[in-house]
Parts: sequence; structure tokens; C-alpha cells
Amino acid sequence: MFEISELNKRNRKTQKLFQILFMMMTLLLITPVLIILGTLIYKGGSIISVDFLFTHPTDGMTAGGIFPALFGTVWIVAVALLASVPIGVAAAIYLSEYAPDNWLTRIINLAIINLAGVPSIVHALFGVGAFVIFFKFGTSILAASLTLAIMTLPVVIVASRESLQAVPKAFREACWNMGATRWQTIRRVVLPNAVSGILTGVILEVSRTTGETAPIMFTGAAFFLPFLPQSVFDQTMALSLHLFVVSTQVPGVPEELPYGVALVLIAMVLLMNSISIAFRMYLRGKKKW
Amino acid sequence: MNTTAENVSTQIEHAIHTRSLNLWYGTFQALFDVNLDIKQGIITSLIGPSGCGKSTFLRSVNRINERLGYVRTEGLIEVMGQNVYDENVELVQVRKQVGMVFQRPNPLPISIRDNIIFGHRLHTEGRKPSISEQDDIIEAALRKVLLWDKVKDRLNSKATELSLEEQQKLCIARLLPVKPSVLLMDEPCSALDPKGTEAVEELIWDLRGEYTILIVTHNMAQARRASEECIFMLMGKVIEHTATEAMFVTPEHKETADYIEGRYG
Ligand SMILES: Nc1ncnc2c1ncn2[C@@H]1O[C@H](COP(=O)(O)OP(=O)(O)OP(=O)(O)O)[C@@H](O)[C@H]1O
Ligand SMILES: [Mg+2]
Repeated sequence: MFEISELNKRNRKTQKLFQILFMMMTLLLITPVLIILGTLIYKGGSIISVDFLFTHPTDGMTAGGIFPALFGTVWIVAVALLASVPIGVAAAIYLSEYAPDNWLTRIINLAIINLAGVPSIVHALFGVGAFVIFFKFGTSILAASLTLAIMTLPVVIVASRESLQAVPKAFREACWNMGATRWQTIRRVVLPNAVSGILTGVILEVSRTTGETAPIMFTGAAFFLPFLPQSVFDQTMALSLHLFVVSTQVPGVPEELPYGVALVLIAMVLLMNSISIAFRMYLRGKKKW
Repeated sequence: MNTTAENVSTQIEHAIHTRSLNLWYGTFQALFDVNLDIKQGIITSLIGPSGCGKSTFLRSVNRINERLGYVRTEGLIEVMGQNVYDENVELVQVRKQVGMVFQRPNPLPISIRDNIIFGHRLHTEGRKPSISEQDDIIEAALRKVLLWDKVKDRLNSKATELSLEEQQKLCIARLLPVKPSVLLMDEPCSALDPKGTEAVEELIWDLRGEYTILIVTHNMAQARRASEECIFMLMGKVIEHTATEAMFVTPEHKETADYIEGRYG
């Protein structure tokens, strides 16, 4: 009665087949990543050292370290975060908690989705026009960061809105029914329960901009600077642009140098991603519902 | 304490009073000419087949339905003698007067203590009540719902860790510090086991007199046991509203009789 039948056997085989097929697809997917990382470590790993990270480039950028570029990238990304997080989260709160479901809201949502698809070079040109020229920030960290911020706003908004909407409706209803205003509900219940998701989502999205080159190339990143920037109104070097420069623009660069720069850049992104993923796992473990 | 509210409650005969209440979800009409006078201080049960508009009616009394942008309401709703759709009505005050308990217990994901004091804190923003004042409020509310002895030693643990029955009692308890006069309960026992149902029913019965209670239920035995008046609705209309005993023994309408005898399912 419980013996295996011919049909069972066939079904089993099919199921096995698909399992293997899907596993191969997955392996295929991660192969390029592994190859890239492997190549970078193999070819550039030897150059990585404390000195490399913390000294200035020398000899027309063919030797020395990458400190100004590293420093500049950290600055640009940090200022971009400072600008895009408050604006993005506020917009997400409005869209998720306040906005009535009407044509205007739908247009805004549509615009956000489309903004996410605007090529970065277009953002770069917008940044030049708006921040460098119109607001007179000049080519500076501020202009570069704001350009990046505008570029990341759509994803920040989407990520935040998703975290807000993941807070169960029942919590909101419980509050409203006790006479809480929308703001009281948001501040006391919705935000505390969404903040972990918002933060991790935002860090994840923004860390991706670490590697962007086009938007900062015309707005604030410089080829080479002998000094570190003193304020957000100064230009700065940046890792992504530095990678471009040493791999294509400067003659006589030793082969391992560009690989080393790329490795540092990737490591930075991976580090930020891991932090935000770890943070999310930690908070999810603590989650109460 | 709240003298005006108490004066009102001694004078008013009907806690909820509606005239020609019509409600639409978009183009779908969910309530038709609902005229109800729900007596103050007693328990009224609201029965009817699924989808007949029981929840909709409850949710229009405290105007929570409006949160859905596409709801349109026409007609009069008075709570404790005051039109809740009056121009100068503050929604927050309406929601304070009218507490609501849901089918699924929905404690907030914070401590038991914070859940109970939550509503109270909402309405005393700026003037933080002292710890001892808070403790008194919490103890009184939890005693009222017969939960104090069970949870007094773990007021700081998460409310979501309580059993469903305890959660539902907590959800009732947290309404009390806000001093509502009407409690709306939408199938408050349907997520509970028979023992929990009995316990919550008993509790609701105990609250009678102090609060006007309107309770939706699918459980005929519960309606019969635990309410003084009973309303039967069908397809968005009120069919019958009489004393519970009368409705179950000598229903006036054929539809009511059919429903009570289980012919609608
Ligand atoms: N948010 C909504 N949007 C559109 N239609 C709704 C909405 N809520 C309820 N309805 C409709 O209104 C009618 C009444 O629904 P309601 O939830 O009030 O019924 P109910 O009597 O509470 O039913 P149940 O016993 O299943 O809880 C139903 O036909 C339902 O489909
Ligand atoms: Mg219902």
C-alpha cells in the first residue's frame, strides 16, 4: 500500500532534475563574483598594506598610497547619507502614512520609480547645473554628495517605505482607536518598529553609491590633489575616480596598483553591506512580532 | 473626575443614536438607512451573517472608517448625545469616548505597563504623570479586567508574550485609563479557546453598567448569554432590535428566526 509506484519514481526524478538545474543557475550566478574577487586579491592583494591605505600617492600617482582618495570617498558618502536619509525618510513617512490615495500620490510614486532609472551621467550633469553652478557650491564635496544624494533618494524612499509598511496595520489601528493622532502613532509605534529596517535598507542602498564615478567626477572629485580637503566646500580625491585615473590615464603605473585600489573599493562596499546585514539580523532577532 | 462626562452619562438614555445612516465603500453601499438607539450602560449584541455590515457599523461610530479614503457616510450618528460629524468635533475626543476591541488581540509590541499607560500618555502629552500616578492607573485597569494578579510581577515583559486570552483582556484594559463611555467589540472572543471565551465574556459582563458595550458576535449562545439587547442585521440593514430574550424566543421577523436557527450559516 505504501510502496513506491512508477509514477512516484518519475515524479521524484523530475523533482531532482529541477533541484539540480536551479542549483546550477545559482552557482552560475555567483561565479563571476568569485572570479572578480579572486582576481583582485590575486593581482592586487600584495600591494595592500597599512602604508598603502594611509599615505599619499607619489611619483605622479605611480607609487605611494591612496589615503586622500579613501578619505574623500568616506566623506562624500557620509555627507550624501546625511542629506538623503532625512529627506528620504520624511518622504517615505509622508507617502506611507499620510498621503491620500489619489492621482497626485500615484504620480509621485511613479516619478520615484522612474527617477531610480535615470542614468548616473544625467544626475551628474544635473548636479553640475544645480549645485556647482546655481547654488555656487563650486566643484566640492558638498556638490558631489548632494548629487549622489539625489541619485540615491528614490531607493532610500522605496526602502524606507517598505519598512514602514511592514509594520502591522493592527498596531496603527490600536493607536488610532485610543485617540492617537497620526503623528503620535508614527512616533510612538510605527517608527520604533520600522527604524531597524529603514536604517539597514538605507545603508545597503547608499553603500552602492560608493563606487559611482560619473556623478562625482564633474561635481567634486579631483584627479589629483596634494592636500586633503579642509571642508565640504573643497574638492577631494575619490577611490572610484582614482581607480579610473590610475588604470587608464597615467602611464607607468605598476600592474598591481589599480587592482589594489579596486580591492579596497570593493572591500569598503562589502564591509558596509555586511555591517548593515549583521545589524539587520541582530534587530530581527530582537523583533517582537 | 470628568464631571461633564458623568453628567452627560446620567442624562442620556441612548449612548449611540443613528438616523438614516448610509455608508458606501466606493460605489458599494454597505449600510442602508440604519436607525439605531443603543441604550446607555447595557450590553447590546450585534449579530448577522458574514458581510452584513456589522464591522462597518462599529467602525463608523468612532469614525475610524474615514481612514480609508474611499468611504462616504451620510446620516446622523450621535454618541452620548453629540453628533460625531459636527463640524467642531475633534476626532481625538470621539476616539477617547469610544474604545474599540478587535477580533485579533492587538497589543502593541511594548511592555504590559506601557500598553496600559499608552492611551493615557497620549492625552497627557507634555505633562508626564508621576510614576506613582501611573502605577495606580495601571493597577486599577488591570484589576478591572481581572489580570492584575496574573501579571503584577511581570509588568515589564512584552505584552505580546501573554496568552491570547490575556492579550485580549489587556486590550480591553488599556482602553479604560482613557475613560471611554462606549466600548465597541468586534468579535472579541473569536480568536480564543472556549475557556478564554468564557473568561472574556465574564469580564465584559462585569463591565456592564459602567460602560455602554456593543459587541459583534457570530456565536448565538454568546449573544443570548451575554447581552441584554440584540440587533440583527442583514445585507446592510437593521432587521430587528429588541431585548435579547425576546429575539431568541419570539423573533418578529422571519429572517431573524431563520438566522438564529442557523439557516444562513
Ligand atoms: N475596506 C473595505 N472596502 C470595501 N468593501 C468593504 C470594506 N470592508 C468591508 N467591505 C464590504 O462591506 C460589507 C460589510 O462588511 P463588514 O466587514 O462590515 O461585514 P461584517 O458583518 O463585519 O462581516 P464579518 O461577520 O465577516 O466580519 C461586505 O460586503 C464587505 O465586502
Ligand atoms: Mg466583521
